[in-house]
Amino acid sequence: MSTQEQTVTTHVHRDDVGSRMGMWLFLFTELILFGGLFFTYSVYRFLHQESFHVAAKSMNVFIGTTNTAILLTSSMTIALSIVAMRNGKKILSLILQGITVIFGLIFLINKYFEWTAEIHHGNYPGSPELISQPPGHILFYGLYYVMTGLHGLHVFIGMIVIMFMMRFTIKDIITPDRTVKLEAAGLYWHLVDIIWIFLFPLFYLIT
Amino acid sequence: MANNNELTDHMSHSYGRYILVWMGLLTLTAITVAVAGINLGDVTIAMAIIIASIKSYLVITEFMHLNTESRTFKIFITVALFFIIITLVLLFSDYSKMQGLIK
Repeated sequence: MSTQEQTVTTHVHRDDVGSRMGMWLFLFTELILFGGLFFTYSVYRFLHQESFHVAAKSMNVFIGTTNTAILLTSSMTIALSIVAMRNGKKILSLILQGITVIFGLIFLINKYFEWTAEIHHGNYPGSPELISQPPGHILFYGLYYVMTGLHGLHVFIGMIVIMFMMRFTIKDIITPDRTVKLEAAGLYWHLVDIIWIFLFPLFYLIT
Repeated sequence: MANNNELTDHMSHSYGRYILVWMGLLTLTAITVAVAGINLGDVTIAMAIIIASIKSYLVITEFMHLNTESRTFKIFITVALFFIIITLVLLFSDYSKMQGLIK
């Protein structure tokens, strides 16, 4: 018994595979969250095909495409930051993490301009102009605000998480042989990217 | 699984590989925008979903390192995606048949 206790106290528990698996399990719950919204979208789209096509015409494809490119690029920079850290290049890793956060910020700024333009056109939930439209039109905008809004919230959370990773990198909590925290943050960021990969065609390219 | 603390197996990934994947993703984005401009009727949405799936596959296998994770991870993710896809397929087949019946 006493020898067992001794081994327990001296053993520093570390399980990188377990940590990554835990992160994946969390990502599955995100899949359920967004999956439900995608199912809702599909059902309403089947019921209101014409309205969805008409409503999507006012979407700004240029901003949508730009934001897609921004998120894909940020996904690459966070992946590269992990490689840089493993190669022992702390400063490069830090810069790449910083670039990822900036890309996230640019994405949200674009989103702000996009939403402002839509609201300016009277396309916001409960607006007199929108209420006078057919039900499919209202549903399209409802889903648009909920889904891109929830996604935007995820981008914001991801940015905060990566900023913590930058702090951990500076404080040498993340080191070349202990990158699992950075990897988990990366996994989250990639998931946010994947969700956008599907949101983009469904809202912007169905006209 | 013998050593959980091994200096993760995906050391082989180099910067170049990620840049290639990124270029592939941007190309696919350009294709999906270009294809959306052409009116292909019902095929348009199918094309968009197929391209989005290819992009996600690239992100999951390369950026999220699924290609170098153990089999346990692959089974986990396959099962999760399988149920999402099956739900979507059932939903689509159900609603496409109902289309004539609902106004």
